[in-house]
This record gives sequence, C-alpha cells and structure tokens, in this order.
Amino acid sequence: MAHRLRLVPEGLNVPFFRYRWPFFVWSALVLIATILVVAINGLNFGIDFKGGTVLEVQMPGPANLAAMRSTIDGLGMGASELQTAGSDRDVLIRLEASENQDEQKARIEQVKEALNGEFGEGIVYKRQEFVGPKVSGELLMNGVWAVLISVVGVLGYLWFRFEWQYGVGALAALIHDVSAGVAVYAFTGVEFNLTSIAALLMIVGYSLNDTVVIYDRIRENLRRYKAMPIPELLDRSANETMARTLATSITTLLALIALFVLGGPVIRDFTMIMIVGVIVGVYSTIYIASPVLYYLNLRAAGPAPAKTVPAHVKG
Amino acid sequence: MLNQSPWKVTLVLLVCLAGLILSFPNLFSRDTVERWPGFLPKSQINLGLDLQGGAYLLLEVDSGAVIRERLEELTNEVRVALRGAGVGYQNLGVSGNAVTFRLTDPSQRDAALAALTPLNGAIGGGSGLSMFAPGTLGGMELDIRDPGDGRISLALSKTGISSRVTSAVTQSLEIVRRRIDELGTREASVQRQGENRIVVQVPGESSPESIKRLLGQTAKLTFHFVDQDTPVSEARAGRLPPGSMLLDSEEPGPNGQPIQYVVRRQVVVGGESLVDAQPTLQNNQAVVSFRFDSPGGRKFGQATQQNVGQLLAIVLDGKVISAPRVNEPILGGSGIISGSFTFQSATELAVLLRAGALPAPLEVVEERSVGPELGADSIRSGVLACVVAAIAVFIFMLVYYGPVFGLIANLALVVNLILVFATMSFLGATLTLPGIAGIVLVIGQAVDSNVLIYERIHEEVKNGRSPIAALDVGFNEALRTIVDSNVTSFIAGIALFIFGTGPVKGFAVTHCIGIITTMFTAVTFTRLIVAYWYKWRRPKVLPI
Repeated sequence: MAHRLRLVPEGLNVPFFRYRWPFFVWSALVLIATILVVAINGLNFGIDFKGGTVLEVQMPGPANLAAMRSTIDGLGMGASELQTAGSDRDVLIRLEASENQDEQKARIEQVKEALNGEFGEGIVYKRQEFVGPKVSGELLMNGVWAVLISVVGVLGYLWFRFEWQYGVGALAALIHDVSAGVAVYAFTGVEFNLTSIAALLMIVGYSLNDTVVIYDRIRENLRRYKAMPIPELLDRSANETMARTLATSITTLLALIALFVLGGPVIRDFTMIMIVGVIVGVYSTIYIASPVLYYLNLRAAGPAPAKTVPAHVKG
Repeated sequence: MLNQSPWKVTLVLLVCLAGLILSFPNLFSRDTVERWPGFLPKSQINLGLDLQGGAYLLLEVDSGAVIRERLEELTNEVRVALRGAGVGYQNLGVSGNAVTFRLTDPSQRDAALAALTPLNGAIGGGSGLSMFAPGTLGGMELDIRDPGDGRISLALSKTGISSRVTSAVTQSLEIVRRRIDELGTREASVQRQGENRIVVQVPGESSPESIKRLLGQTAKLTFHFVDQDTPVSEARAGRLPPGSMLLDSEEPGPNGQPIQYVVRRQVVVGGESLVDAQPTLQNNQAVVSFRFDSPGGRKFGQATQQNVGQLLAIVLDGKVISAPRVNEPILGGSGIISGSFTFQSATELAVLLRAGALPAPLEVVEERSVGPELGADSIRSGVLACVVAAIAVFIFMLVYYGPVFGLIANLALVVNLILVFATMSFLGATLTLPGIAGIVLVIGQAVDSNVLIYERIHEEVKNGRSPIAALDVGFNEALRTIVDSNVTSFIAGIALFIFGTGPVKGFAVTHCIGIITTMFTAVTFTRLIVAYWYKWRRPKVLPI
C-alpha cells in the first residue's frame, strides 16, 4: 500500500549523540546568559508580585497617550506607565505601588476622576486591579512553591517509575527549559505575573511529557538490545520516537498559534511562552535529557533481562 | 484486542452518553435551563469573573484592632472590678498585650487578685458555668501576673488572642455576607481564606467602589451621654476624667474643623440591640429611623428617662454623628438618627446598621474587577481560538494519519472535549480565560495519545507484524508511555491548582480534567472504535 506523507523518513538515523558537545555548550551558554540577563535586567514583575494598581480603560475615541499621561502625572502620585492594549482606544495604566496602602487604594478613584474630568464621561473602565504589598509577596512565594513542588513531585514519580538516573536527566532538561522560559521574560521585558507562573508550569509539564516518552523508549530498548552501546541506543530511541515527537509538537503548536493569534491580548504573552516551551522542550529531550543518561552509568541501573524480543507480545 | 467484553463496551458508551447529556445544558442560557423539568441535568459550567465581569475583593480582618479593642474593654472591666472591691490603683493602662496598674497600697494585693480573678474566663468552657474547672479546656483568656512589687498585669494569653481573632473573623464573615446580600446581587460569594482573610466575589458588579463603601466601615453604632461637666478645652488640655473620652464629629463644623465632644465612655445602648433601620425623610431631611429589640428599648427608655435634658451622642465608628438633647423619655424603643445625610448616605447607613457591626475593620489587600465588555471580548476570542485550533488539528490528523485513523483520532478528540465540558459542568467548575487556554492546549495535546498509539502500531507493522498483532502490541506498548507522560503533566497541573489563585487556578482545572479525559478516551474509546473498524473491514494492510 502506497504510504501517505510522513514527517520523518522511514529508518531515520540521525547521529544525535555524536554532536552532543556543541549543543551542551550551547545549552550552557543559554543558561549563563539567562542568569546574567535576569541578574542585570531583572524580571518585569507585574502588580501581582510587586503590588500596585492597574487600570484598563477604553477611551471614546483614539487615545491620546501623551495627554492622558500628563493628566495622570498631574496628580503627583509617582511613576505611572501607559500603553495601548489591543486597539488604539484601549489603554493600560499602571500606577506604582505606594508605601501607604490607603493612599494606593484612593489612587484608582483619583485617576478615574481626573480622566473623566479631562476626557469626558464616555470612558469605559474595563478592568481595574489592586494588589496590596502583603498579598503580592505571598503570591510570589506561592508561585515559587508551585514550581518547586511540581518539579519535586514529578522527579519523585520518575524515580518511582524509572531509575534515579532518569530523574537526574529530566531535572537537567527541566532546568534548561524553565530557564529558557524565564530568559524570554527577561529578554523581552514581558510582564511577569501569575499567568507567567502557569506558563512556566506548563513548560514543566510539556518538557517532562516529551522527556518521558523518549525515556520510556530508552528503557524498553535497554531491555531489548542488551549488548548495544549506549550512544547507539540513545540515538536509536530518539530516532524511533522522532515521528511522534514531531506530530505531537505540531498539533500542540497549531493549537497554541491559534490561541496566540486569536485568543486576545490578555493571554497572548502566556501563549508566546508556551510556544517557546514546546520548542525548547523537544530540543532538551534530545540534547540534554537523553545524552545526560550516558554519563550516569545507565546499564547498571535497571534490571536488564537478556531478551531480544519483548516478552509481552501476544501476537 | 478484538473481543472486547460487552460490559466494557456498554460502560464506555454510557460514559460518552453521560458526557453528552451533562454537557448539554451549556448550550442554553441559564434562564432557559432553569425552566426545564426536574429530571434533566441543569448544572452548567460557571464562568469566572474574568469572563462574565465582576469584582473580586480580598479582605483582611485587622487582628491588631481586635486585640486593641479587647484590651480597652478589659481596662474598663478592671477599673470597675477594683472600684467595686475598694482597691486603690494608679497608672491603669494598656502596655503591649497587657493591662497593667500599680496598687496604691501593696497590702491590698490579695483583695485585688480576688477581684480580678472573675475577669479571667476559660476559653471554650464558658467561665464559671462550665462543668470543668476554669482553665481545663483550652486554657484561660488572661495571664494574670503579679511580680510582688505592687504592679499587676493582665496579659492576653496566646489562646486568648487566637480565640478572639478567630471569632472576630467568623463574625466578620457573617456580617460581610449580610451586607453583600443587601446588594441584592445573586450568586455573590463570601468565603473565608486562610487565617484572617475573606474573599468576596460579586459577579456582574464591575465597579468595586460601592462594595468597598459597604465593607469599608465597621459601622459600630453606640449611644453615649455627653459629659457636660467637662469643658472641651479642659479635655483638649489632657485633663480628661477617666470615664470620659474626647471624640470628633463626623462632619466638619462651621470653621471647617470637626466639632469635638466630651462623651462618657459608658455605652447606653449599642448597635447590636437594633432590629431595624430604614432611611426616611423628616422635615425634608434624610434621616435613619431605627428600632431596638425589647431589652435594648427598655434600657434606652430608662436611660433617657433619668437623663432628660442631657445631650445624647450618637457615635458611629468613633465619630459623633449628632448629639441631640433628650427632651423627653424615649420609651417606644425606636428613634431617629439625624445628621447631615443625603438620602443615599442614609440608605447606606441603614444597610450597615441592619447588617450589624464588624468586630474589627477590614482592609482590602487585593482587588480585581473586570467589566462585562472585556469579559465578553475574552469569551469571543477564546471560543474562536478553540474552534480554529480544533479545525487545524483535525486537518493535520486527517492528512497525516489518513481518512481512517485520522478520523478516529478526531472522533476521540470530540469525545474528549465533550467529556471535559461534562466533567466541568458536573463539578460546577469555574471556567476562566486561562482555563480556555487550557482547553486549547488540551486540543493540541489530546491527540498525543493517538499519535503515540499510531506511531507504535506503525513501527510494529514495519517490523513485520500482522495487522492484528500490530494493533495489539501498539495499544499495549503505547499505554505505558501514555500513562507515564500524562501523570507527569498531571502533577504539574495539581501543583498549579494548589498554589494558583483566581483565573490561573482555572487553567489548572481544565488542564487536569483534560488529562484525565484524554487518558480515558485513548485507552477505551479509541481502542473500541479501532477494534470495530478492524472487525468490519478485516484489512490485510493497516493504512497507517
């Protein structure tokens, strides 16, 4: 039967392992660059994590940002930030956090009054958020805990289902992927908020999902080809699962791109990070999670019954 | 592979049918669904505040104020107790978490301690009336210390403080609920969060200002007689009799400064005795008319009878609203509060008085509100993204896996989505904008199980297995991978559910539910359809 289109040629045999060093170096550079950028630029924390006030307003006509800025600056309440959001009528106003919480709460009212006074009553207030300093600290800590707990939980599961070597490999890949996500926030200056934590956790989920699929195959091949050298075995596993990796990445990316283009401005940043996460997740599976196993004495690990054919084939 | 137990088949089909039935109500408006006959399922997916518009407020009970107030009360109790026992004292006051004083005559120590002991109630036992000796249950409220140098201190114990705070939070919760109910918004929710916080969510209310006004006041109403023996100037100079206090007026006086009153500390009647309060007009001026319960009315009647000619200060949250003269005894148990009210502020005050006073001020520590327009935009774009994502994935699967297996995967995806909606309706889960993103991600990732199965079958075919053997091995081998990879994603989702708040939690909900339904459809539904297809066509070569 004539075969339909395939993403990868039959019998694909890319010697991934041979080129591990350039990629190790590349991954290490990315990691170092991330640390540097985060240390120098910092993350652009949203009000969720640093406290403050955000207003999203829709002006009756195209917004005159400069005029709005001067109206708000005229109130003398510290740094404010204005940007259009979505259409040219929608404006996002960020007000700096204040030491005094009551003062901060009063600011929303003052800004509304000033804008209504200056630009008429036709302004629609679409969204307003205020996060006090007590809560913002807790929200950040909760976010950090969420990421740590999920990592620990997943590693525990891998250790339980596989061997410790796989846990270490997955952890290395995970650190790479999460840093890549954080790096995007640091490089682009996209606001880092509660949704970002969700995005990072989804990177954790996707990266592991991908890693586990290849690990599953490695484990199976270890049992099947008892004498095969590890590098060859790792390559074989990567090649065998390549069709699946690509197909799943493509469907996931298709969905994410739809969300990025059509999902509206509120979740666009979130989707962008997820797209990055899917790509680095696939990369790290092949160039971090898998080759790391080579250095961890894999064969000594699991039970390796000498079988050339899996025992559970029922035919 | 081919011979599936009829029970299993029935069960799978039943689950799918249940999914269809349970997700069905979501196609209709809530009002329509409510008119349906009783046997039909009615529960729908709740839309989060970010999708339907509404206000979210996180309030914190000011526990410091609870403790301060208790200490002040205790100071008064100590004063009364010592006077009653004829014990002389000096420097009575609050220091830290304790009330302290010095005995004028150290030999009166035993008499003082005897007078103070009844003030110390047992926590959880009810002092004196408990069948256990005070202090055996949960500990005592106070820690009475007497180092021997004539100083005595009554410190609030740890259990004393925590039980005060807990009851203040519980009480606040109730009061907040009553005040929010007065708004008349259905589906508003008031919940406790953690130790001393309260979450208020009001769908449809896009301006939180009115809610904040409603919750921003403790609304503690008390009636006190004005201390006409002490001129305000004396009090301002610090010569204030211990039983009196200096209070500002609510509204500024003629010179722009608040008017000050010297008011007796003793409360004639408090707001807790009110049974009703309504805004009314009197001589074209908005006032609040109120009615006391019968003990309150009696007390008020007696006090006014004995003090005709005195000024009676009406104090709200430590500010004097007005201080009218008592011209005659007020015996009917009802009266009016006049002040400089507008009809709206009189209405608001009446609402507050009806709902009762908060035991402590509430502080807004987080506030988020979304207008209905933004919510509607988000739903529109979210639904569009879902539809486009689904179509893109459908086409890809059809092209890549061919008409048979591609169609089966797409069918599984549809079943999957139906089950996600059904589960969410059944649980009454909340769908948020990030939740919609979660569903889009489910669309992208759900086919992963089918991909894993198909690729495995493809490999087995390549390795020379017969179609039926390839199907069998493919499903069995892929299952392990599907479980392992999904469980890891699931763990990340659970962490997000536990630590996430608000809309982000909604993402965790759809993500986790999606993983479960994905595993179900991959293991049962896809397998079932493939088996029936094979029995029907008996292909020599698998089109995979």
